[in-house]
Amino acid sequence: MKALLVAEYRDGQLLNSSYELVAFAQQLGAESAMFLVGSESALPQYDGTLYLADSEKYSEFNPAVHKQLLLDVIAKEQPAVVVFSHSSYGWDLAPRISLALDAAHVSEVVDIIDDVPVAPVCNSKLRREVKAKTGQTVVTLQAGAFGLNSDPVGSPTLESIDTDAAGQVTFDGYEEAEAGGADLSKAEVIVSAGRGIGKPENLEIIEGLAKSLKGEYGASRPVVDSEWADHSRQVGTTGQTVSPKLYVACGISGAIQHLAGMKKSEFVVAINTDKDAPIGEVADVLVVADLKQFVPALTEKVQAL
Amino acid sequence: MKILVCIKQVPDMESKFKVNAAGTWYDVTDLAWRMNEYDEYAVEQAVQLKEQVGGSDLTVMCIGPERVKETMKKALAMGCDRGAYVADENVHEKDPFEIASMIAEYAKDKDFNLIFTGMQSQDRGSGQVGVLIAELLGLPSISTIVDFAFEEGKVSAKRELEGGVKAQVSCGTPALMTCQLGLNTPRYPTLPNIMKAKKKELLSIDVAELLKVEAKQETAKIYPPEKKGGGLVLEGDVGDLADQLIQILKEKTGVLV
Ligand SMILES: Cc1cc2nc3c(=O)[nH]c(=O)nc-3n(C[C@H](O)[C@H](O)[C@H](O)COP(=O)(O)OP(=O)(O)OC[C@H]3O[C@@H](n4cnc5c(N)ncnc54)[C@H](O)[C@@H]3O)c2cc1C
Ligand SMILES: Nc1ncnc2c1ncn2[C@@H]1O[C@H](COP(=O)(O)O)[C@@H](O)[C@H]1O
Repeated sequence: MKALLVAEYRDGQLLNSSYELVAFAQQLGAESAMFLVGSESALPQYDGTLYLADSEKYSEFNPAVHKQLLLDVIAKEQPAVVVFSHSSYGWDLAPRISLALDAAHVSEVVDIIDDVPVAPVCNSKLRREVKAKTGQTVVTLQAGAFGLNSDPVGSPTLESIDTDAAGQVTFDGYEEAEAGGADLSKAEVIVSAGRGIGKPENLEIIEGLAKSLKGEYGASRPVVDSEWADHSRQVGTTGQTVSPKLYVACGISGAIQHLAGMKKSEFVVAINTDKDAPIGEVADVLVVADLKQFVPALTEKVQAL
Repeated sequence: MKILVCIKQVPDMESKFKVNAAGTWYDVTDLAWRMNEYDEYAVEQAVQLKEQVGGSDLTVMCIGPERVKETMKKALAMGCDRGAYVADENVHEKDPFEIASMIAEYAKDKDFNLIFTGMQSQDRGSGQVGVLIAELLGLPSISTIVDFAFEEGKVSAKRELEGGVKAQVSCGTPALMTCQLGLNTPRYPTLPNIMKAKKKELLSIDVAELLKVEAKQETAKIYPPEKKGGGLVLEGDVGDLADQLIQILKEKTGVLV
């Protein structure tokens, strides 16, 4: 079996997540080749053919053009599976490719059992095995689901590629996250508020516990999107990555994008009314309770110590 | 200006999910249903665009069983002008390609200037349908938008990337946008608007009219993940729970010493 791995490049750098595609191919026992719109100045450590298009010429983001570059390589390589990261680049490009190839397309693959991809359903409360009815398949891989056992090695055999395809969307540049605000990366204790706090006033309860534990408070995305907390407090893929000694998730369900930001915490406590909440998968202790009652009770007892 | 917004009805994610008899989807009895969260942002953006461009006309489309009409009514109460409802009891068996093909089939001769979808659905979460619709129609699409502006026939949008970085992108119209959380602040329908929505047109379209393709994939089986966490689950009186947790934190972490 042959796999074509679509590596990723941003702001002049190869993204490390590209190695997760290599790990996937290894787990599948597939031969592989790699595709990248990037540059020779930041090549992956990879033993195999790397089809390289110049990102200066074709832009780091240009769906229609990257699609054509990739389709040309697919026509040449005839891979059984085309592999992307389930990332802002991957989930944008993959459907364009699967449609053009008339191939089955499985998103956010977390595992592979007997060659059948497995994907999460309902915030990871269920898992689904998806059977392709087509010869070729396209998959996007959930971030972190596949990892190399050792550091990547090797140097690729380069094949440079070109196209005349025209784009429909113009990329006008990056906007960095606003600097300033809270720095959660140094906090030893983080108590985070999720949508389960119900209303902005209840953030005080969370802050109260954070203070009593001499830590900072964090938040899940809905709390930030509703402007109940500053973006610098957001933990997750599109916020901060933290690794405190203690992380207390209050009213947070445990969506993969949140877990990605906090699963390296040394000790995780979750407070949730839902015993089946996916946060339970990473929590050392899951307290099944209403945070509005439990958190103030806990704060009071901690203060009395 | 003609605008289309596509929405999906999904169960409340806090529900207890059971596997259905066929073992291929979740059991739908005893679930509370709501609008897919991402689609609330799509509807709000479509309504804002309609308000911005005078004389606009906004259709909301949804494929699903009879109960999805309740969710469509919410979109109508938020400001959509009409609903296009495709009755399909077996929507959960359709793959993203089939869903997108049905929507594209409906949209192909209607000259929509802008189409909005959510970036993904909360239950299946393929994140494919929006981009597929655009590709089927030959339109430019921008996925995962967290900022949207329309001026002189042109869209400027921001795509959200990982780590809080955004990409500024632009394209001409007609075009399709897939909407990410936080794009705007979805409005709550007011009581008068809920009343008005009841009188709005709700077209019914037969699946057979739109479905011209076959699925490329199928669910082999569905099951709850193996519990590998093995963490401690504490239940009971709040005061006792707090005492227990303090004891654990003292033993297992250096935090309370
Ligand atoms: C591309 C992308 C990037 C994303 N990036 C991030 C990110 O960086 N960070 C992030 O957090 N999310 C991110 N998300 C969103 C993520 O998918 C989830 O939607 C989000 O994490 C859910 O937040 P939540 O757990 O607070 O809310 P919900 O999922 O709504 O969960 C609320 C929880 O509170 C519990 N609850 C309710 N009431 C109570 C009560 N009284 N007491 C105790 N518990 C209660 C419920 O049982 C439930 O488990 C991203 C999504 C996408 C698609
Ligand atoms: N049954 C449906 N009816 C209408 N629109 C849908 C349906 N399913 C998905 N969509 C749209 O496609 C988006 C992405 O869905 P998905 O590809 O399933 O993650 C959703 O946010 C909706 O806007």
